[in-house]
Amino acid sequence: MEITVDVNGTSHTHDVEPRTLLVHFIRDIAGLTGTNIGCDTSSCGACTVHLDGEAVKSCTVLAVQADGQRVTTIEGLAATRADGADGMHPMQEAFMNCHALQCGYCTPGMVMASVSLLDEIPNPTEAQVREGLEGNLCRCTGYHNIVKAVLAVAGGER
Amino acid sequence: MIPVAFDYQRPTSVDEALALLEEHGDEAKLLAGGHSLLPMMKLRLAYPSVVVDVGRLSDLSYVDDSGDQLAIGALTRHRDVEIHPLVAEHAPLLAAATGHVGDPQVRHRGTLGGALAHADAAGDHPSALLALGGSVVVRSAQGGERVIEADDLFTGFLESSLEPTEMIIEIRIPKHTGQGWNFQKFNRRAQDWAIVGVSAQRVDGGARVALVNMHPTPIRAVAVEEALADGADAATAAELAGDGMEPSADLNAGVDYRTHLARVLTRRALQAAGID
Repeated sequence: MEITVDVNGTSHTHDVEPRTLLVHFIRDIAGLTGTNIGCDTSSCGACTVHLDGEAVKSCTVLAVQADGQRVTTIEGLAATRADGADGMHPMQEAFMNCHALQCGYCTPGMVMASVSLLDEIPNPTEAQVREGLEGNLCRCTGYHNIVKAVLAVAGGER
Repeated sequence: MIPVAFDYQRPTSVDEALALLEEHGDEAKLLAGGHSLLPMMKLRLAYPSVVVDVGRLSDLSYVDDSGDQLAIGALTRHRDVEIHPLVAEHAPLLAAATGHVGDPQVRHRGTLGGALAHADAAGDHPSALLALGGSVVVRSAQGGERVIEADDLFTGFLESSLEPTEMIIEIRIPKHTGQGWNFQKFNRRAQDWAIVGVSAQRVDGGARVALVNMHPTPIRAVAVEEALADGADAATAAELAGDGMEPSADLNAGVDYRTHLARVLTRRALQAAGID
């Protein structure tokens, strides 16, 4: 089935099997390998991307379900800066400044989930951040600094 | 992991979807948000030969005030149910149960109709529907529409009284404005299913209580409800929480522990709902 998906502002038209997962479309067809596959069972959140602006786990979405829709991955996040300036997205900067990553495997999904969280709750409490990121696992268990990073963005310029 | 190959159909109307179900019968599965079906297909526990994607039938995404009840479109996503002001005012138990489903990413995709059709005894929604005394409106190409009461919806392990040719169109929830309620969910890890959960909704003369993951189907705690109606206090009634149920044992809990949890959580739910 031929589908067209906008990934980070670039239109990708491709003939795919209906059973192709969105994460495979992103990695193997669009060639963007920043989105990681972790558990592959919609538990760990490593594959989190934005589908029409909302965080979803791309291992549990069929590529055909995203036909005609807009996907943002970690590679395209910087371009969504509200001020339009060059450089990383404020959430990426905060993860760097707060040392919110260790091995880094969960980081792309964690950042995408965090941006979506603040879209829905602009000024969350610490508890809301922890609950809001319950769909993303960090096996280095570096959660404290991840929460700090999200709170830093919530309190600062977005 | 990818599913077994299937034929993908994306109807543009409910009628078209129903015609596809009529044509393919139990070979076909409806795909709404896909957060119950796709994991099962990836694990190859489910392998429909035809997948009918109704996820874009946006006219089935709504929350309406229809007098003494709320009418919720079957394809309303969990996130939209969770934050809808009408649900918060008239059926806060449903909003709370919905907020416990999976995680934010799952709630962005999953739908109320899909979750109920999946009929998972460990799911959060079925207990809320039972406690609220809700119903679902289902439709088929040949049979037209019928209403299934929550008490008649869940028939076995992941089985409902829906025919293979039927689709849930709407969920109806009687208003429980200003009445006490509570939702309890016990699990060991974030985003997990409940090891045991409880939906409690106060109604005139007592309460409706439904348990999560205490039986092969979502189930009303009838013995608890009857004890309350006869004047028992919350602690006494809650001791009857596992009566008539056949909980399973798994990695998380044995039968004795599950039954203990059911009693403790039921007591907490009743007391939090304002029943002494």
